[in-house]
Order: sequence, then C-alpha cells, then structure tokens
Amino acid sequence: MTIIAQLATSFVAAAGFGVLFNAPRRSLIKCGLVGMLGWILYYVLVDAGMEVVPATVLAAMLVAVLSHICARTFKTPIIIFVVSGIIPLVPGGIAYDAMLHYINNDYFTAVQLSAKVMLLSGGIAIGLMFSEVANQLIQRQIVGKIKYKKRS
Amino acid sequence: MNMDISIAKVCMLAGKIMLESGAETYRVEDTMNRIAVSYGLSNAQSYATPTGIIFSVDRVEKTNFIRISRRSTDLHKIAEVNSISRQLTGNELVLSEALLLLEEVDQAKLAFAGWIQVIAAAFVAGCFTIMFGGTWTDFIPALLTGGIGYAVMLWFAQLVETRFIAEFVAALVIGVLATFFIYNGMGAEMDKIIIGAVMPLVPGLHITNAVRDLMAGHLVAGVSKGVEAILTAFAIGAGIAVAFAIF
Repeated sequence: MTIIAQLATSFVAAAGFGVLFNAPRRSLIKCGLVGMLGWILYYVLVDAGMEVVPATVLAAMLVAVLSHICARTFKTPIIIFVVSGIIPLVPGGIAYDAMLHYINNDYFTAVQLSAKVMLLSGGIAIGLMFSEVANQLIQRQIVGKIKYKKRS
Repeated sequence: MNMDISIAKVCMLAGKIMLESGAETYRVEDTMNRIAVSYGLSNAQSYATPTGIIFSVDRVEKTNFIRISRRSTDLHKIAEVNSISRQLTGNELVLSEALLLLEEVDQAKLAFAGWIQVIAAAFVAGCFTIMFGGTWTDFIPALLTGGIGYAVMLWFAQLVETRFIAEFVAALVIGVLATFFIYNGMGAEMDKIIIGAVMPLVPGLHITNAVRDLMAGHLVAGVSKGVEAILTAFAIGAGIAVAFAIF
C-alpha cells in the first residue's frame, strides 16, 4: 500500500516539477516516469536497510540511464529528463533543515546536516557522471567496432 | 568578415538563451563551439559563466561579450535552442533563418501560465509531504500551504528585483500558514508540512548543478552556483525562522 502511494506521489511530484521548470508539454509524462522509477529504487533500497548515500548514487545512476535512453529516442536534450528525474533525490529538504538549525544557533546539528547535504549532492553528481562515462565508453566501443568492420 | 559577425551573433544569442534558461555552462560552450565548427571556424573560443559569456571566432579575432542578468529555469527554451543548433549543424537551416528563429525563442513567454505553475507547485508540495514519510492527514494542509507560498513567491518576484527577498517572504508565509493549520487541528506534523511546502522553492537543482560543474572542471561556475544555492537556502530558512519567532 505504501509502495503504491509512493509510486503515485513521486510521479505527480516529478511531473509537477516538470511544469515548474517549463519542460516541453509532451515530455511531462516521461519526466514523471523517470522521476518515479528513480525514487522507487531509492525508497526500496533504503527500506531494505541500505545507507542513504549509496542508495542515492544508485538511484541517480538509474535516472541518468533512463534519461539517456529517453533523450536518444525522443531527440530532446538530456537535461529535461535529468532535472525532473533527480528532483525527488535532491537533498533540498535537508538543506533547508540545516539552514534552520544554523539560524536557531544549533550549530552542532547544522554542521552535521550540511555535511550530509554535501555528501548527498556529491552522490547524485557521481551517479550521473558514472552513467555518462559508461555511455561514452559504450559508444566508443560500438563506433570503434563499426570502423574496424569497414576497414576489414 | 560579415559572415564571421553573423556566426558570432548566432552563437552568442544561442548561448545567452541557454544560460538564461538554466543550462549547464559546459553545455552552453559545447553548443556554441558546435555551431562555429559547422561553419568552418575550427578555433572558435567560448567561455561561459553563470553571469556572462565571452566568445571570439578565432584566437586573435575581436572578442564578443554578453552579460546575463536574469536567470530562471525554462527547459522548453533549452530544447528549442538545441533543435535549432541541430538543424544548423545538419545544414538544414541558413544562418539568417536561425537568427530569426532564435530571436523568436528569446522573446517567447513561459510555456506554462502562472496559475498552472501554482497548481503544480501545490501538488508537488502535497506529494513531497507523503514521500518524506508524512501521513495523508498532512496532504491537504501541505497542498494549500505550498500552493499559496509559491503564488506569493511569483507575485513578489514581479514586484521586487531581488529574488532572495521573494523567497524569504514566501517562506515566511509558509511558516505562518503551517502554524495556523496545526493550531486549528488540521494536519499532524508541522515539520512534514513545512518541508513539503518549501520543496518548490528549494534550490535542489542548483546544488546538484554546482557539484556537476565543479566535477567537470568549471570551477568558477561551480562555486558561483553553489553560493547562489546557499543564499536561497538561507533566505528560506530565515523566512521560516522568523515565522516561528513571531508565534
């Protein structure tokens, strides 16, 4: 039951962010799907007892792979899908929470939370980079093989 | 020579639209270089930061500069510019046509009207409350709080030039509304309602983009975007804190 609620809410949230970021109308549903799948992977992993940072890295990698596929098939820039897909994973809530603790003079908690924000956003960036690098390697391999065949 | 000028114009305009719409700096430089290369300018130099673009068609030619003062996120424009640059490099468009098309994109209004954005923000707020472990009793208060907060942000952003003030006021309104709902018995957890409601305002995209730019070696762009994100988070945190201080 919770999974169904999470699926529905994350789909609406990712598609809604697509509207806030003025994504093209026809890509809104795809944005929602990408965001939903990324969030569900994160949710299931954390539910199964995984640490938050590695779960974020894996979910970001899934989002990046899905966005690459979408960008390739629909010939739209990848940033459209990445941005809406990554939003549920982004530690915006924690960033706000950290700022609130700074303002309330609770530096002990605030520094802890800021470190977590840095780790999580670093994790997202690493997840995105990993799949980008993998994509480049795969492409080079395929292109290299085609060239090799042509020569022989 | 005239040809060079119009190529530079197309490149600069494309870069300007993309930066104003929130594209990553390395993508902006890449697009400008691609357009230049497709017209045989193999030594075109471009340097983009969040606040300005520098471009010259060759190493020792005249250098052009554009200042970027307004920044928002508009993925629709990025997609449009991308398709124009694809057509240009694929030789399906003449330079003058591309210039006209780009000017049209530059003048275009937002793809979604304000009230649609407010409704979307309301649903985003409600859904994030559930996603972060809130109960369904918190859904309606978070939906209302988030929607009203975003509407206040949009309205204030038109009145005042400084974006941080708009975010501060929106966060203040969110804090006041959340306390109001809790005191009147609607909703269970104030924390969950507030976190959901501020999500449409929070600079999550900026934080991730900053780290990506830093990792790609764009140190200036990465640091300045990071500072922008921290300032926004500060404005939101301060707004909520002031709301708490009042009650």
